[in-house]
Amino acid sequence: MAYRSRLAFLLSSSTRRLATMEAAGNHGVPSSCRRFSWWSSVQPAPRDPILGVTSAYLADTHPDKVNVGVGAYRNDQGKPVVLECVREAERRIGGQELMEYLPMGGSAKYCELSVGLAYGEDAQVLKDKKVASVQALSGTGAVRLFADFIKRFRPESEAYLPMPTWSNHHNIFRDANVNQHTYRYYLASTRGLDFEGLKEDLKKAPNNSVILLHACAHNPTGVDPTPEQWKALSKLFKEKEHFPLFDMAYQGFASGDTQRDNQAIRIFLEDGHQLACAQSFAKSMGLYGQRIGCLSVVCDDAAQATVVKSQLEYIARPMYSSPPVHGSLLVATILSDSDLKTLWFKEVKDMADRIIGMRTALRKNLEDLGSKQNWEHITNQIGMFCYSGLTPEQVDRMTQEFHIYMTKNGRISMAGVTSGNVKYLANAIHEVTKA
Amino acid sequence: MESNSSAASRRLQTLNTHLRPASSSPSTASSSSSVLSFLPTAAQQNSAFQHLQQAPDDPILGVTIAYNKDQSPVKLNLGVGAYRTEEGKPYVLRVVREAEERLISDRSRNKEYLPITGIPTFNKLSAKLILGEDSPAIRERRVCTAQCLSGTGSLRVGAEFLAKHYSQKTIYIPTPTWGNHTKVFSLGGLQVKNYRYYDPRTRGLDFEGMLQDLRSAPSGVVVLLHACAHNPTGVDPTPGQWEGIRQVIRSKNMLPFFDSAYQGFASGSLDVDAHAVRLFVTDGGECLVAQSFAKNMGLYGERVGALSLVCSSESVATRADSQLKLVIRPMYSNPPIHGASIVATVLGDRNLYQEWTVELKAMADRIIRMRHLLYEALRARGTPGNWEHIIKQIGMFTFTGLSKEQVNFMTREYHVYMTSDGRISMAGLSSKTVPHLADAIHAAVTKKAGQ
Repeated sequence: MAYRSRLAFLLSSSTRRLATMEAAGNHGVPSSCRRFSWWSSVQPAPRDPILGVTSAYLADTHPDKVNVGVGAYRNDQGKPVVLECVREAERRIGGQELMEYLPMGGSAKYCELSVGLAYGEDAQVLKDKKVASVQALSGTGAVRLFADFIKRFRPESEAYLPMPTWSNHHNIFRDANVNQHTYRYYLASTRGLDFEGLKEDLKKAPNNSVILLHACAHNPTGVDPTPEQWKALSKLFKEKEHFPLFDMAYQGFASGDTQRDNQAIRIFLEDGHQLACAQSFAKSMGLYGQRIGCLSVVCDDAAQATVVKSQLEYIARPMYSSPPVHGSLLVATILSDSDLKTLWFKEVKDMADRIIGMRTALRKNLEDLGSKQNWEHITNQIGMFCYSGLTPEQVDRMTQEFHIYMTKNGRISMAGVTSGNVKYLANAIHEVTKA
Repeated sequence: MESNSSAASRRLQTLNTHLRPASSSPSTASSSSSVLSFLPTAAQQNSAFQHLQQAPDDPILGVTIAYNKDQSPVKLNLGVGAYRTEEGKPYVLRVVREAEERLISDRSRNKEYLPITGIPTFNKLSAKLILGEDSPAIRERRVCTAQCLSGTGSLRVGAEFLAKHYSQKTIYIPTPTWGNHTKVFSLGGLQVKNYRYYDPRTRGLDFEGMLQDLRSAPSGVVVLLHACAHNPTGVDPTPGQWEGIRQVIRSKNMLPFFDSAYQGFASGSLDVDAHAVRLFVTDGGECLVAQSFAKNMGLYGERVGALSLVCSSESVATRADSQLKLVIRPMYSNPPIHGASIVATVLGDRNLYQEWTVELKAMADRIIRMRHLLYEALRARGTPGNWEHIIKQIGMFTFTGLSKEQVNFMTREYHVYMTSDGRISMAGLSSKTVPHLADAIHAAVTKKAGQ
């Protein structure tokens, strides 16, 4: 029916067009092409396991619903927060921005400040200008750039990801066509680090593999190696000539101290490793939607750093040409102003402290309820997430019976826990886990 | 641990030399190797990226880099296509500043992650802008739209989607085209082929060549079409020619992929510049459209764009939308909030929208005026050759027809910067600088061989 009416519309609206068609000898070519669809065979895609949780939560009308799914910080009222240092930075740049294209590698000033934060201002590699850095689309974009880079320049090196890891890591390496494997990381029986398994797997991996490491606040488990364990790993990496790729999405957000959260990186740098770091300011500056991150690669020398940077830009150009300017201005404004920087340090520590406080409260509530389970891991783990140990079935019960939303792997976003809902949450966990 | 030990031990020896006390009294360590020795964690190996070569300069962005280095007071940047005012300054639209102010002062706004496909109102308004208020495709809910990173990002996401889901993984692009197109599509997973487009003899459209190449291409391939203001040539098909192109494309069941980077910026009218896209959508067929708000909203660096898939049915559009998310998530998770919020504010407010159309027309008119000024200036100098294409071509760029050597000459002698294909950005000209450019062109064209 629609076909006919469209044909009629076209015929009546221009006889000249019809004449042209006939003149061109288009016998029987319909002016409408509804008969042919190119992608009727496209299947609906599976929902993203993490972001799908929030959509389900939003659709729920229950008054006690709790969202401990996606990893975005909430204050004790359960509301998103825009940091004061960010608001001030925005006021300062408001009306000033020229909106011109950034270079393909983004703002150089921003990159310099970013890597200074990641590596420590006194890092020798920075003084020697050995670090190639480009502004990236938050952590995701930084990891993706590096994956594409590895594919192009070290195709024989395969990637090793911890088990478990942020689910999108697997997608990124897959779409970059980099072969990926996993190494043991989380030990369910202790809800801690499987250090022996980790070392075994990295020893078994071929030399010169690319190893993805979470610099701090491992996502989703919250389980981090100790400094001693990091040192041992650094030694192992030397023996195997492995390449460390640090994903640092929570600097400052984990312990409250930016120069403690980057310890692992500083240990590896001191030991002379040439590493890469994918940084994100999404959580630590609350700039989630701005997509502001940085990819840095430590090179032999300044000349090589220039070369590597040029190749990273060459990958960015056919992906998005150049990164968005607004977020880089915000971060650069904050990091280059000592008052704003001090304010940021305070605000990020406040966020980290609130989360640590919620961990303590959740554990205490569970223990007070008389739970027979061991909940030490809630306070042993660090960062935004707690790997509760809940099974998928228990998670389902949490959602169906208590309207509490989390990812199927039992990961709880502590940022979503408030003094207002921690008892309710503890109660629900107790209900589904008591024997 | 023995690998690369010779390089490492060389380094250690050098270090040793520097660390030995300056005085002539022999140190207790007479052999250099005992001052320092290998620790298991000492750096040994060379970089994993030793073998890398420097990447070639991007031909377009490289022009600005070279221009910035030049100290000449008369230097002229006609490289990158970013609009400049009569005073040669970047221009932030009044409506953009107004929208920005509203966003900043709204304390209820936050910086949370956007959905993977971006701001829903932005998507709806963008689709409406290119497809038209009364588009049947929108009415029938057959359009899925994803906010992407400007035109480049929209093209890349579209390319990866097609490489994953479309039966024909080949795209035909015009010769010439924007320098970045080939890489965007090939890295997105498509094979890239060309169809004739620009005729250097007429400095206009090679219409017959284009149709011939499309007719002899395999059925079902993807065809890249510049919606208006073809980059770099400024040569667009007439409405009659668009209809001819449409017929060939539809008769071969080819899939049109529109790159719309200059809507409103070319003719000054948003509707006129959308004519080609709407022609194809009206016939009921499917297509992709990549939109950029870099030029027409002056939001270059904020990376604002949208990819729309016009599908045959609502259910297909819904499924396609879910698949777009799978392409986007491993690339950058979700798009940046700032620029798209500005666009959504402008498009969604009646008064701001009106004001925008006025500012847009003013920019387009200034460019058209520059075209006429340059044409007149060359005529006044009696520069040999036919320069009518300067006023016939449309949009930000003029394909001058100058050779690489002539371009180099103009850069060397007159400090005029442009891409080596002879493309000049009219937006970079002002009434003050037109005479200098005309002089440069005149000199390049009339200089004797070997000078």
